[in-house]
Amino acid sequence: MAKEGQSGNPAVAEVEAPVIGPGHTYASVTDKISSIVLTRKTPRAWWIGFTITFLLTMLLLYSIGNLLVRGVGLWGVNVPVGWGFDIINFVWWIGIGHAGTLISAILLLLRQEWRTSINRFAEAMTLFAVANAALYPLMHMGRPWLAYWLLPYPNTMGTWPQPRSPLVWDVFAVSTYALVSFLFWFIGLIPDLATLRDRAKNRFVKIVYGILAMGWRGSAIHWQRYETAYLLLAGLATPLVVSVHTVVSFDFSIGIIPGWHATIFPPYFVAGAIYAGFAMVLTLTIPIRSYYGLEDFITMRHVDNMGKILLATGLIVAYGYMMETFMAWYSGSKYEQYMILNRMQGPYKTLYWALIVCNVVVPQLLWSQRVRRNLIALWIISLVVGVGMWLERFIIVVVSLHRDFLPSAWGMYRPTAWDWSTYIGTLGFFLALLFLFIRFLPMISIFEMRTLVPHPAGKARH
Amino acid sequence: MSSIQIERGKLDLAALRERLARAHGRQYWRSLEELAETPEFRALLENEFAPGVTDWENQPSRRRMLQLLGASFGLAGLTGCTKQPPEKIVPYVRAPEDVIPGKPLFFATAMTLGGFASGVLVESHMGRPTKVEGNPQHPASLGATDVFAQASVLTLYDPDRSQVVTRGGRISTWVSFVAEVSRVRESLLARKGAGFRILTETVTSPTLAAQLRDLLREMPEAVWHQYETCNRDQAREGARLAFGEPVHAVYRLEDADVILALDADLLGSGPGAVRYAREFARRRRPYETGAAMNRLYVAEPAPTVTGAAADHRLPLPAGEIEHLLRVVAAAVGLNVANAGTSAPNDWVKAVAADLLQHRGRSLVVVGDQQPPTVHALAHALNEALGNVGRTVVYVEPPEADPSPQMASLRQLVDDMKAGRVETLLILGANPAYDAPADLEFARHLRNVSLRIHLGLYDDETAALCQWHVPETHYLEAWSDARAFDGTVTIQQPLIAPLYGGKSAHEMVSAWSGKPDRSGYDIVREYWQRHYRGSDFETFWQTALHDGVVAGTASPPKKVAVRKEALAIPPSSRGRGVELCFRPDPTIWDGRFANNGWLQELPKPLTKLTWDNAALLSPRLAERLGLANGDVVELRCGQTSVEAPVWILPGCADNSVTVHLGYGRRRAGKVAAGAGFDAHRIRSAAAPWRRDDLEIRQTGRRKALSVTQEHHSMEGRHLVRSATLEEFHKDPHFAHHVAHDPDPKLSLYPGFKYEGYSWGMVIDLNACIGCGACIVACQAENNIPVVGRREVARGREMHWLRVDRYFEGSLDEPSIYHQPVPCMHCDQAPCEVVCPTGATTHSAEGLNQMTYNRCVGTRYCSNNCPYKVRRFNFFLYADWATESLKALRNPDVTVRSRGVMEKCTYCVQRINAARIEAEKQGRRIRDGEVVTACQAACPTEAIVFGDWNDPASRLARLKAQPLNYGILTELNTRPRTTYLARVRNPNPALERG
Repeated sequence: MAKEGQSGNPAVAEVEAPVIGPGHTYASVTDKISSIVLTRKTPRAWWIGFTITFLLTMLLLYSIGNLLVRGVGLWGVNVPVGWGFDIINFVWWIGIGHAGTLISAILLLLRQEWRTSINRFAEAMTLFAVANAALYPLMHMGRPWLAYWLLPYPNTMGTWPQPRSPLVWDVFAVSTYALVSFLFWFIGLIPDLATLRDRAKNRFVKIVYGILAMGWRGSAIHWQRYETAYLLLAGLATPLVVSVHTVVSFDFSIGIIPGWHATIFPPYFVAGAIYAGFAMVLTLTIPIRSYYGLEDFITMRHVDNMGKILLATGLIVAYGYMMETFMAWYSGSKYEQYMILNRMQGPYKTLYWALIVCNVVVPQLLWSQRVRRNLIALWIISLVVGVGMWLERFIIVVVSLHRDFLPSAWGMYRPTAWDWSTYIGTLGFFLALLFLFIRFLPMISIFEMRTLVPHPAGKARH
Repeated sequence: MSSIQIERGKLDLAALRERLARAHGRQYWRSLEELAETPEFRALLENEFAPGVTDWENQPSRRRMLQLLGASFGLAGLTGCTKQPPEKIVPYVRAPEDVIPGKPLFFATAMTLGGFASGVLVESHMGRPTKVEGNPQHPASLGATDVFAQASVLTLYDPDRSQVVTRGGRISTWVSFVAEVSRVRESLLARKGAGFRILTETVTSPTLAAQLRDLLREMPEAVWHQYETCNRDQAREGARLAFGEPVHAVYRLEDADVILALDADLLGSGPGAVRYAREFARRRRPYETGAAMNRLYVAEPAPTVTGAAADHRLPLPAGEIEHLLRVVAAAVGLNVANAGTSAPNDWVKAVAADLLQHRGRSLVVVGDQQPPTVHALAHALNEALGNVGRTVVYVEPPEADPSPQMASLRQLVDDMKAGRVETLLILGANPAYDAPADLEFARHLRNVSLRIHLGLYDDETAALCQWHVPETHYLEAWSDARAFDGTVTIQQPLIAPLYGGKSAHEMVSAWSGKPDRSGYDIVREYWQRHYRGSDFETFWQTALHDGVVAGTASPPKKVAVRKEALAIPPSSRGRGVELCFRPDPTIWDGRFANNGWLQELPKPLTKLTWDNAALLSPRLAERLGLANGDVVELRCGQTSVEAPVWILPGCADNSVTVHLGYGRRRAGKVAAGAGFDAHRIRSAAAPWRRDDLEIRQTGRRKALSVTQEHHSMEGRHLVRSATLEEFHKDPHFAHHVAHDPDPKLSLYPGFKYEGYSWGMVIDLNACIGCGACIVACQAENNIPVVGRREVARGREMHWLRVDRYFEGSLDEPSIYHQPVPCMHCDQAPCEVVCPTGATTHSAEGLNQMTYNRCVGTRYCSNNCPYKVRRFNFFLYADWATESLKALRNPDVTVRSRGVMEKCTYCVQRINAARIEAEKQGRRIRDGEVVTACQAACPTEAIVFGDWNDPASRLARLKAQPLNYGILTELNTRPRTTYLARVRNPNPALERG
């Protein structure tokens, strides 16, 4: 973080910070970004990071293998707590993914050009998060090899998914989301892949990027079609930002369990997802930015804006907590009231208060611009929010289930070593994919960054 | 089958018949082809396995297909371990020639516990006993069973049972054993049996007793000892003290308006408990006009199911029972000395007044673990209250020899110590484990030069004996036994001995020089000799068919309490904390330790599984600074044992209760590592209670597996109760506490149930929480055992659980039981959330699971407000153990890993009844479908039936004002509902 010169200077902070550092030309942008992939020597730190995360990925595979052979009983789930780390992490990962889609689609439509430098990275993050998220519902099933029964396909058994179940909606929501996110990311990559193809020296690399570039020549018609497709996909992806987590929230709000059955869930979940997503983007971009020296592209303005979004969504989430508590009291239902009291005073009360601290108290620091522009502070806050959002899902999934209606059936949930190894494994898998991504693909959109370079006429496009 | 024969054409059936007729002895044949020894069959045999398997890949010809069909037909006959016993046994309903595949037959027999028989009907599928039901004609059963009878069928198939005769730990044979016996017998006869001892458990079998007496006549110097842990020494001695002879008390609870049970688990354990529970419950139906409600007072050291059912329960140390009884007796007018009581004065007064008010209609019962003087006092009290002949009758003891067993064992040990015992024959008993530690039975047993053990298991005692002979299970052997009232049942086997075991009859017969006589011959001959009528064959058939020998119930005996009984001065009080020993509610004295169903059955009050614990009151725990699971050292004199603590509200202060039967060292894989051995601190002088207990913390902890961690209802209206007075004032009291949504509020019309509409009512007035329903459900529905660790993780599989709640003060709580099966909600929350449609609603109202369709998301379980769904987190069902395969109910799927399961209302029984009804072109009659839990219930608390039939018992109960559903405010519309509990407290004692 050596180069973060502006943050301490209030005079600079007064004016709107630029979205690209001064002095860049088209060529310098292209050089700088593509060199990470093509020319620069793979740094030692990359190797170390990749090796660790690769090993963690192996841990994930080992955990999954064991799970498939021995059964879902390896996890801490039980009756009454039928869902544990599986669904917590599913929701958590899906939520993290949301920032990517939001940045790339909604901010694109809203013409927030500051998104350009972070969208590629955020989209990749989305994709990898969704890949992890999608693992969980598969793994959590008692008989995962029959997962395809949730798909509506004609079969000799004459059966069909049961359309009233939110889990079936989930299948559609998540698979659509994964597909659109992938397409969006991949189409956005095509011009840059072509750039890499053109710049690559090694023949093999040339061929690989050439295939991936799908014959992109940069002709006007290509650009015209590209822009149309990209905009269409952005239009498609935009409702997904809202719909996916809305549907995920239905998994709970359709249920009758106190702590689940609440109408506030869809907006509250979406806000929470964006909250967690932006926190994750910050968590990842801040170190990468300084390691690869990308301060010119991911400027303090980006960081500041993301801090603001974090604050805004954090406030929505805090409102959600407040409303849950209020509605429990207002409902007059003893089950709802007990649910809230149990969160606050029950055996998992530490986690609940930790959640309030992480998600409500700490982010209030972001009201201060000084904090927002202090990279270390922001990075720590982003980590805290990530933990807080994980705790939120723990509270919703586990603490609601463990004490529902009949006290005789109440129980406790204790994650097992396998729960942790699977979770840590998915973290490793996520990071390993990110390592591969920053090594083999341009992590910042080269051609879009070029549009930000001050035009020869002295004006940026748009 | 016929099509096969027609197709093959080659079989000469007439020749086959002839060959069979010519054959001598038993002929096991697998198929007609085998019988005919056709070349095709030989070829088939050769191809039956590996080489033939590949044939499936080719298109099998029609001919080949039929051959394979023949093979499966042959294999069906090959189930070698399910041979019918060779002798003729008489089915309960139909003759054996009626055997129809898929149609179970029922045979009457009896299970004994502590020697006392309870009649059972055993369901047999193609020669495999799979399920035990009660025998309605048997006085100790009346159609219901206890947990032990329900679980006994698992013991039959237990793969850990001993399977072979061993000598010095090496495999031997019955033939060489018999050779040894005849050699020893010769020398014994020469010495008139000197040095020969036989040790049995309690014997009520007339045949075995006669055999033993015959043997003793041959060898007058030999001695027959009896010992089992849960013997009735104290009761017998009490009767001897009171009447001069050891008569046996039979209670008639139906006629008792006021019952005082002192440390007596009248409804939960001991001979006749199942019947007593039913008689008790028949008088707990406030909604029925007729007999008025009875009133039960209980004083006991630790809660039992009887205490939980009481209208007034007083936690009182076992040592204080005598003093309480003396004060009550004095208040009733008996001239007995008393030393005051720690029981509250108003309690004593109210009880005494109530007893006096109900002269001739009251009953005082004392538990088997109380000392003889207390029994004698109770007899005197019953006599003074005019209860004798009305609520209690005295009969000859059903035991063949009611002499004190502890003294008998002590005599045996003394003689072993002195070297006076040369040959010891142990029949069934396991004294190396369950003799009081201070006798040092195991040590002195080594002084005996020839030690022989006959037992179901290669247990602690077997390990110390040179010879061990596997014993037959009661479902494998011919025998007879008496019930608590003397009624005899001739026990018939359902299956030939799985492991070639020998019954006690056959063993004793071998010692009488007749080793070849079968149990059948022995038992039949005994009855032939004793039958006075003319037509023995009809008598025999009827006795076997009915499961009871008519007219064998003991006639009442006239006895009078002797003056001396009342002259005994009050015993002195111990200081400090007492320690009570009690049989375990689920594994009894340890004989069921290797039975997974019973190990996993939650103890009725503690809900503990797989372990025993030192039970103590919250107040004592507080004083000693103990928490649940703390391991303490219980020290009595020189002996000590380490035990985990379990705090049980309702325990008396200064009293610690431990259950026997755990800490088995050699009982099998299931029992291994379960609990601690309380026998190690028992002494022969004080087998049931010690007052020299010291408790010391060890600082260690032990994780105990309980199925219910939360014991308060949290102000939720789950068990609804009122006093009789309140009920009379407001019969609808159960409906005022919850708001049931109006079914008409929905925009959509409700589903109309045109045909049947199944439902269940559970009467909380009747339920005593014994758990028989749970084991019955487990047996009927092939429910797996998951083990201690999985229970601790909240993964027990019982489809039906019995919730137990405490209410009121921590020290003297009211205790409630509530059985919770699936509610089969009409608006089932589980059904909407299943993504694959694996759980659906039937047109008859059943919430049904399609296991094949289940992918295991567990969403249904999460969304079930009653949490009655159970998930196979692992492959819990044992698919590997060969013997357990025969145990399974063929009408119920054995579930695999990863699927959800739950109560089906025994849909297989509904369908069996439906087939019968449709064959006869009628509707299923009321009472024709009896669920497994309902059948087992001793108190008739569970009623199942068709809601659409207004005349059904179910519909009538559903119309009762007491009928309510739980969590109906969620609009689930449960089909399982409850009858609110009405208590009948003494107005003089009701506080607040």
